[in-house]
Order: sequence, then C-alpha cells, then structure tokens
Amino acid sequence: MKRVIVISVALVVLALVVVTGPVGAQDSLRLTGSGATFPFPLYSAWFKSFSSKHKSITVDYQGKGSGAGVRDFLNRTVDFAASDAAMTDEEIAKVPGGVQLLPMTGGEIVLGYNLPGNPKGLKLPRDVYAGIFLGKITKWSDPKLKAANPGVSLPDTDITVVRRADASGTTYVFTQHLSTIDEEWKKGPGAGTTVNWPKSDKFVASPKNDGVSATIKQTPGSIGYLEFAFAKFAKIEMAQLQNRAGQYVAPGTDGGPAALAGVKLPSDLRAWVTDPDGAKAYPIATYTWMLFYKENKDPKKAAVLRELVEYCLTDGQKMSAQMGYIPLPDNVAAAVKKAAGSIQ
Amino acid sequence: MSIIPIRLGLETERVSRPPSRWDYGADIAFRILARAAVWLVLVLLALILWEIGGKGAAAMRDYGLGFLTSSTWDVSRGQFGILPHIWGTLYSSLLALIIGGFFGVTMAIFLTQDFLPPQLAVVFRTIVELLAAIPSVVYGLWGLFVVVPAIRPVAGWLYDHLGWIPFFGSTLSGPGLAPAALVLGIMVLPTVAAVSPDALRLVPYRVKEAAYGMGTTRWEAILKVMLPTAATGIFGALVLGFGRALGETMALAMLIGNSNQISLSLFSPANTLAALLALNFPEAGKREVEVLMYAALVLLAITLVVNMAGEAIMSFSSRKTKS
Repeated sequence: MKRVIVISVALVVLALVVVTGPVGAQDSLRLTGSGATFPFPLYSAWFKSFSSKHKSITVDYQGKGSGAGVRDFLNRTVDFAASDAAMTDEEIAKVPGGVQLLPMTGGEIVLGYNLPGNPKGLKLPRDVYAGIFLGKITKWSDPKLKAANPGVSLPDTDITVVRRADASGTTYVFTQHLSTIDEEWKKGPGAGTTVNWPKSDKFVASPKNDGVSATIKQTPGSIGYLEFAFAKFAKIEMAQLQNRAGQYVAPGTDGGPAALAGVKLPSDLRAWVTDPDGAKAYPIATYTWMLFYKENKDPKKAAVLRELVEYCLTDGQKMSAQMGYIPLPDNVAAAVKKAAGSIQ
Repeated sequence: MSIIPIRLGLETERVSRPPSRWDYGADIAFRILARAAVWLVLVLLALILWEIGGKGAAAMRDYGLGFLTSSTWDVSRGQFGILPHIWGTLYSSLLALIIGGFFGVTMAIFLTQDFLPPQLAVVFRTIVELLAAIPSVVYGLWGLFVVVPAIRPVAGWLYDHLGWIPFFGSTLSGPGLAPAALVLGIMVLPTVAAVSPDALRLVPYRVKEAAYGMGTTRWEAILKVMLPTAATGIFGALVLGFGRALGETMALAMLIGNSNQISLSLFSPANTLAALLALNFPEAGKREVEVLMYAALVLLAITLVVNMAGEAIMSFSSRKTKS
C-alpha cells in the first residue's frame, strides 16, 4: 500500500515536471501588471485580445487599486502598473532608471441617482452638486434643484449620498474637481483618495464601483459618484452637470473627449482635468495611466511592452468608446506613442 | 514482565508484548509533533503580534490613546481616530449575537429535546451548518438586495411612530446598522446552533428523567433544568459566535454604510474595525498602513478581552453550578 502511494506521488511529481518544463523552456513571455480597478474591464479586454494575437505572450493584469499598483511597481514585483492618480514626484524619484507614465485612456465620473419615476437627465448646477456632497442641500425638493429642473417632479424626501468606502482613484478625481469648483469643499474635506466626509445619517458608503452602483439602485432618493462605464452597465440614471462654461452636459461619448481635448499635456504626460473649459466638455473627467520602467532588465520584455502599448494605442482605442471609456485624442495618442520609445 | 515463557516448538499467542523500537520511535515522534504543533500556534501568534505591533509602533507613539477616543479619519490632514469603529464593531456584534444567539439556542432546544425524530434532526442540523459555508460576499449582496428593501418600510414605520426612542431615531436610507446586524445574526447562527446542541446533549439523561419524575412539564424541564445545566456550554457557543461577529468583514463592509459616526439609532449607518481595515489597506500610504496596523491591534485586543471575559464567566458559572 505504502509503495503504491510513493509511486503515485512520484508519478504526479514527474508529470508536473514534464508538463511545466517545456513550457518554461519555450520562448513564451508572461507580463504581469497590477493597479487601477477603474480601467480594469477595458485593460483586461485589451490584454486578452493582445494575447490571442501573440500566442507566446500572456499578459496578466490584477485590478488591485491604484495605490497597490504603485506599491507593486516600486517593489518591482510587476512588469508594469496602472494608476488613476499617476505617480507623485516623490514616488517617481524612488525608481532607479526612471519611470515612463503613459495615459492610456480616459474616463468620466458621473453622478448617478435613483428617484421615483426615473426622471432622465436631471440638471445639477455647480453649486448644487457641491452642496449635496457637502451635506448642505439635503432635500430633493430644494428650491435650487427645482429652479434648475422645471417640469421635473422632485419628491420631498431626503437625499441619500452614496460614496466610496474604500480609498480610490475615483474619489481622488471627484474630490479634486469639487475642490476646484468650491472653496468650501477645498477648506473642508479637500482632495484625496479618502476624505473626511460630512457626518450625517444620510451619507452611506459602499466598497468599489459595483458596491456604489448596487447601493444607488437599491436606495430610492440616493445620489452617488461612480465611473461612467459602471453606471452605464447598471442602467443608472446619470445627471447632467453644469460645466465651467455654464452649459449642462450629459456624460457620454461626446462630453468626455471634449473635456480631455481641452487639456495640454506636459512632457511627463501627467495632467489633471480638474475643471475643463469648452462648452461641450463634461466637467469631471480624467486620464488614467500605465506605469513603465524606463530601464527593463530584459530587452526582449521591453520590446514586447512597447508592442503592447502600440497595440493599445491603435486597435485598443477602438474598443474604448463602446466600453464606456474616452478614447485618447489623436494628438495625445501620438505623443504617447513617441514617449513609449523610452521603455528600454 | 521480565520472565517471558519460552516454549520451543509451539507458536505462542501472547496478548501483550514489550513495545518494539518502532513503537518507541512512533511514540516519541508523535509527542514531538504534538508539542511542535502547540508551540507553532504560539509562535505564529507571537509573530503576528510582532509584525502588526512593529508596523503599528510609529502610529502608537504618535497618536497614543487619543487614537481610541477620536472620531476623525482624515488621511490628507493626518488625523486618525477609531472610536466610531470600535463602537460600531461592538454594537453590531452585540445585536447580531442577540439575534443569532436567540435563534441558535432555540434551534438547539428544538433539535435535541425530542421534538423531532432523530433522522429529521440530522437533516435540519446539516441545513443550518450549510449556512456557514455561504461566502460572506453572498450574504452582503443578499442583504443589499433583499434585506434592505424588506425592512425599509418597517424602519420607516418605527421612525414615524416610535421616533422618540433613540434606537429608532433616524430613517433607514439604504445600508445601515439594522440590515447589517440582521445579516450578521444569520452568519453567527451556524456557530451557535452547531455548538450549543452538544452542550444540551451532554446533560445526563437522568437529569431530565428526574425533572419529569418530579412532575415538571416539558417546558419547565427544558427552561428550568436543561438550559441552566447546559449553560456553560451554551455560553461558550455564544462567545464563539461573538468572536465570529467581531471579525466579519465583507458582508458588513457592504451593508453597514461605513460612516464614521456614533449613533444609538439602528437605522443609521455605522462603521466597523474589520471593514475599515479591509477597505483601506489596498490604497494605503505609509502613514496610513501604520495607523491601520494600530487599528488591527485594537481589534485583536478586543477579541482577546471578549474571549477572556467569556472564559472567566464560564469558569465562574460552572463553579457555581458544581458547588
């Protein structure tokens, strides 16, 4: 009996060696990355189709969150990372050889709401949505809301604000925008991946974009901020926001590119779209970045990484819009393509 | 022992024989293994404490005990306090224990006190234990999509009519303490319902017969004889359940509303330590990691205190029943 066990164990070990051995020996390449969850659906679609075109290359991407991605990147446990908050100068200084930040796509942050009768395209003036998230405007029947939405029947109920419970790049972009447009917000909660929200019974928090969308769907009278793609697939009503030019713009395939187009990218390709100009620009939009080492140990890996970026910039951008992301404006895509050359 | 009869030419069947070398070896090996396992658990715990304590030491030095009494959590300004989290952890776990404990003990009585044919009792028991196998996220989603809408009208009615009682002092908007405690109660249930029947079954049958012999009704026998006799074991089950509730993370993170406030109202959102840790670790910076480690240490301490208190009460009550 014992001998049978020993033999079978030996066989299993042998089989494992045989199965895994040749695969490792072939010139197949595995790239690993981790980071932002917000572009995760898009990135995984990109990498899947890239891997299917290059049989010997697999790209694994883990959506752990922007902060975790940057940490992995600094610890050199990944080949590349992704972050909604790019990287700070301090973090960049910690990478010997340098970092290449590449904006790969853009996204919009929407205010999704749940109201009886599902009125579409609720209009929110700038001071009103800042006021709601400051906890100053607490009723849907607030005169300011009524004035901006004539003809919409707004109930006399409390506004339940749904926010992100976890630290997130989405919160960062949203609070950065609020800090730009509202002085009181800047002095109060401020901008960050988590902020000190107003204390109220009517502020609830949920983990991740999916949690926020589920909570909004389940809570009549709620409003919350989340990524456009998640709101779109959960079929949540999205508010039209008043932009800097005073126009009400709905999130979607028109407002997003207009917002990104108005921003000049500096040479390190790191720029924030805190409050875009332009009559058609949707006010809360952001780029999201991939992070690469300028000096890779393996030149073959670097070549594949460049090829991957190239693919994402050409074929990849075609998928962006239909998945709810903003394709890069042409001039930005060209600049990114050029910058990708420094991945060596 | 020392004289072994030797009969040549005859196969003797001996009942006993001195232990062989192999027996000695196995005995020693097993003893070493058992000891190593015990020590390993202790070493592991010490290692965890060392690791968490080491990483949280800087935060402990900077924030001290003020960390436990402050209620602001503001990363950008470097202000941290976990009083609302401690409050939420204890409050939600206590509520869950009341719910899960009541139903768990009731179920234990139902399963062990001859209400059901034994075969059927096994089926019921298996079903309850199955509850323990459901992943926490599923509980969270179920809570969000089923429990919250179901209790919203009840909460509204309670607020309208009994709003002056602090427990019903606010309306339930979505996530909040009440749905979280209800779901947590169900999650605690299998722990209580699996351990307390054993306690009831350990009560000697004679005790029950004696009670019946004295002319008690069935309920008198159960409530006045069986339950007090099994109290120690049932209490142990409750302590286990409480420990489970303290550490529960994902379902609570989805249901409790994660709002840093202290309120007696059952319908207000609250926060817990475990949820705080789970939600903030992935994006935490250096300072925040230290602070979170400190919070983890506090959670460990709370669990330890609860378990020790449970142990103390149990030994106290068992001494009382024995005397």
